Amino acid sequence: MNGEPLRAGPGPVLQVSDLRIELGNGLPVVEDVDLSLTRGRILGIVGESGSGKTTTALALLGYTRPGARLAAGSVVVGGRELTGRPEAELRQLRGTLVSYVPQDPGTALNPSMRIGVQLAEVLRAHSLSATDQEIRTALGRVLLPDDVEFARRFPHQLSGGQQQRVAIAMALVCQPSLVVMDEPTTGLDVVTQASVLAEVRRLRDQLGLAIVYVSHNLAVIAELADELAVMYAGRIVEQGPTAEVLSTPRHPYSRGLVASIPDFLERQQLRGIPGVAVGIESRPPGCAFAPRCPQRVAACEEAVPALTAIPGGRLVRCIEWQRTPPLAPVPPQPAGLQALGPAPLLEVRSLRAVHRSRVSEVVAAAGVSFSVAAGETVALVGESGSGKTTIGRCISGLHRPAAGQILLDGKVLAADASARPREARRRIQIIFQNPYDSLNPKHRVLDEIARPAQLLLGLSRTAAEGNARALLERVQLSPGIGRRFPAELSGGERQRVAIARALSAQPSLLICDEITSALDVSVQATVLEVLAQLQADLGLAVLFISHDLGVVASIAGRVLVLESGVVREHGSLDAVLGAPRHDYTRRLIGAAPRLGQPAPGGPMAAGARAADDPGPEPVR
Amino acid sequence: MIAVGQRLGAQRRLRFARSWSGRIGLALTVSVVAVAAFGPLFAPHAPTALVGPAYAAPTGQFPLGTDELGRDVLSRVLDGGRSVIGYALLATALAYVVGAGIGLVAGYTRSLADPALMRLMDVLLAFPPFLLLLVLTTGFGSSPAVLVLGVMSIHVPGIARIIRAATIETRGRGYVEAAAARGESRRAILLREILPNITGTVVADAAPRLTVSILLVASLNFLGLGVQPPNADWALMISENRPGMTIQPWCVAVPALLIIGLTVGVNLLADAVARARGTSIDEELVRR
Repeated sequence: MNGEPLRAGPGPVLQVSDLRIELGNGLPVVEDVDLSLTRGRILGIVGESGSGKTTTALALLGYTRPGARLAAGSVVVGGRELTGRPEAELRQLRGTLVSYVPQDPGTALNPSMRIGVQLAEVLRAHSLSATDQEIRTALGRVLLPDDVEFARRFPHQLSGGQQQRVAIAMALVCQPSLVVMDEPTTGLDVVTQASVLAEVRRLRDQLGLAIVYVSHNLAVIAELADELAVMYAGRIVEQGPTAEVLSTPRHPYSRGLVASIPDFLERQQLRGIPGVAVGIESRPPGCAFAPRCPQRVAACEEAVPALTAIPGGRLVRCIEWQRTPPLAPVPPQPAGLQALGPAPLLEVRSLRAVHRSRVSEVVAAAGVSFSVAAGETVALVGESGSGKTTIGRCISGLHRPAAGQILLDGKVLAADASARPREARRRIQIIFQNPYDSLNPKHRVLDEIARPAQLLLGLSRTAAEGNARALLERVQLSPGIGRRFPAELSGGERQRVAIARALSAQPSLLICDEITSALDVSVQATVLEVLAQLQADLGLAVLFISHDLGVVASIAGRVLVLESGVVREHGSLDAVLGAPRHDYTRRLIGAAPRLGQPAPGGPMAAGARAADDPGPEPVR
Repeated sequence: MIAVGQRLGAQRRLRFARSWSGRIGLALTVSVVAVAAFGPLFAPHAPTALVGPAYAAPTGQFPLGTDELGRDVLSRVLDGGRSVIGYALLATALAYVVGAGIGLVAGYTRSLADPALMRLMDVLLAFPPFLLLLVLTTGFGSSPAVLVLGVMSIHVPGIARIIRAATIETRGRGYVEAAAARGESRRAILLREILPNITGTVVADAAPRLTVSILLVASLNFLGLGVQPPNADWALMISENRPGMTIQPWCVAVPALLIIGLTVGVNLLADAVARARGTSIDEELVRR
């Protein structure tokens, strides 16, 4: 291999045809994928979990995960066929011809190596010179400080955004013609995310890079990608220019996806896609979306529809695409917007909470006061580390406050849940962020839901199970799910079981701690729908903790904006999001990606956004 | 959906038998355990009866010959496995019960009980195992109870540490927090929520621990600190018949081979099971 950077000729940088990736037993993970991309363009691949988007992205580097293999098709990057090459040759081409930016820079960077050394290692692995000058150029390229002091830092001395910039610098250091980015902003705060996205756009424009950007987040893709491919169950179901696909989706799945994305400025009722995405083992012979599709006809279940060209340079894999209705926002239900009674149900008075370790003390809440009335939804909004989760845990008696009081119906509550009277434990219920660890894997769903009713309402096992069955129906799950274990459920189903478990105690206040952040958007919409319906039916008060302004806008009546444990702004949803008064709120709103944003590469000031990247975290 | 889950589960359970080492391990373990468990039913003579001359060579009447006192070696071999395997199993099982109790309490409490219990474990761990066993038998005499409790106390600190670490990891899980928030008792949280979810970690090192127990029990019996004559026991047989080994090798070789077969078999089996778990986890990851 020579040391010359491999630059693409005039044709497309990337040309994928008929790609098929199989598991060891011959079941396809990805099928019939055709993609093509030219210099200076960004291709967004969007899909929910299990759609095959990451498998496709890795295949662009000639790589498959253990247990899977590239069964057919070709991947040509810069005029070179990647399929069928021995691993040693592929390793040389990765980095110089095509490179990869992973989802989590925290695990991709070696924590025990200085970043300059890691960059040099990439260059040397490809027999390129790795002088200080090269390293500084590489850092400067992604707008990081290009001095020796910075190159001598360890990954933990950088902020999340800086770590991701280093990961991007590593991907670019050998000057590849194609960069594959797999959800590079998923773990980042909105403000940091905005700066990384601006960076990606700038690199496309200045270096003429071809970028494949994989994400589950349509709003991010909308801001970034020139072209869009929507994947479902291993196939591309719709493809075309991003703006057009998102404004007039033609495949019913794309339409469902767009309709389930909340927007914080245009409040609307979210519509989830009914049903669950099919797994690899259970893909039907016809269209994989047919079981969930509102416009399916008999022919849909017979054969997989072809990806057909439709006007506007677009492709759609649906025989009934002309029947797909246009997007029509539905105004939100009025539930949860107004308090039902004058007296507050929950009152938090000058709450102070800290996280202590041996060496440091982090303040999670510094004099936080607010109240929630019966039937009302109050949202706690803030970035990670703002203290919102800790406040929720203090209210449910899982975190001992350092000072302040928590009152339920005017009575002061003990700090520990175990010291509170049964009635207080019953009336406050919490639902956690991660549905994959909030249900005991060894308990059947029905037992899990029945338990709080047995403990807190004193019901017999049979009575509690009867209640649990009714609750399953309430959260729109089929009764058969009661006999299953959590591992047999999808994330959205699990989160609905967690909601049912909380309702089993017949609470008056529900604390929802980021309950949708681990879910796909279409599932998130379904869970929010269920929650809104329950609130309307039962008159529950809800404390909704979230970092996602769109989600908050679709459900809350009042909002508290939290930064480093301090309430920066407090008021009705429309006032706070429509006319923010505090600087921090404005920054949050400015950074949040929206579907309706102007086209990528447009007048959005990329430089101004990059400046928002917070500095390095203090060295601990 | 459920059917698929069950099929995968069954495949996973049998996957260890796909490799040759797994099959050999399974065959060795099953045959030695079968000899120990059902052997007494087939013994031609009473294990302690003097039935012939000392160190007689194998004949039709005594298929493996006789030992130093003229007892039938085959009958003693068929009878002498239960003590080795039984005491080793009992000691290991008791160690898991006690170690799990200590580990769960130490891992879940955030009080001083945690460092107090763990320092006690460290002290126990600091004793060389054989020294501990010798001190115990010197102090309390040689008896099966002392043997079992001694071998148990060698395993307890290690098990308690693993369980404590697994408990600390699990106590932050949503389902444990949910149980704490609804005010479940500590006992219910430990036994209903935490214990069932850490058994995987615990079982992972059960086979090597069982091997260690077998070797410890055999060594102590060999040294005459466990099972006492005239009872039949494989290790004791090796020790008793050493002087006549050159005249009548069977009375030493057969029990020795059985002990070797058991430890090698259990180890091969454990390796194969661990590998099978590893591959099934890999495949699971791709499936996601």
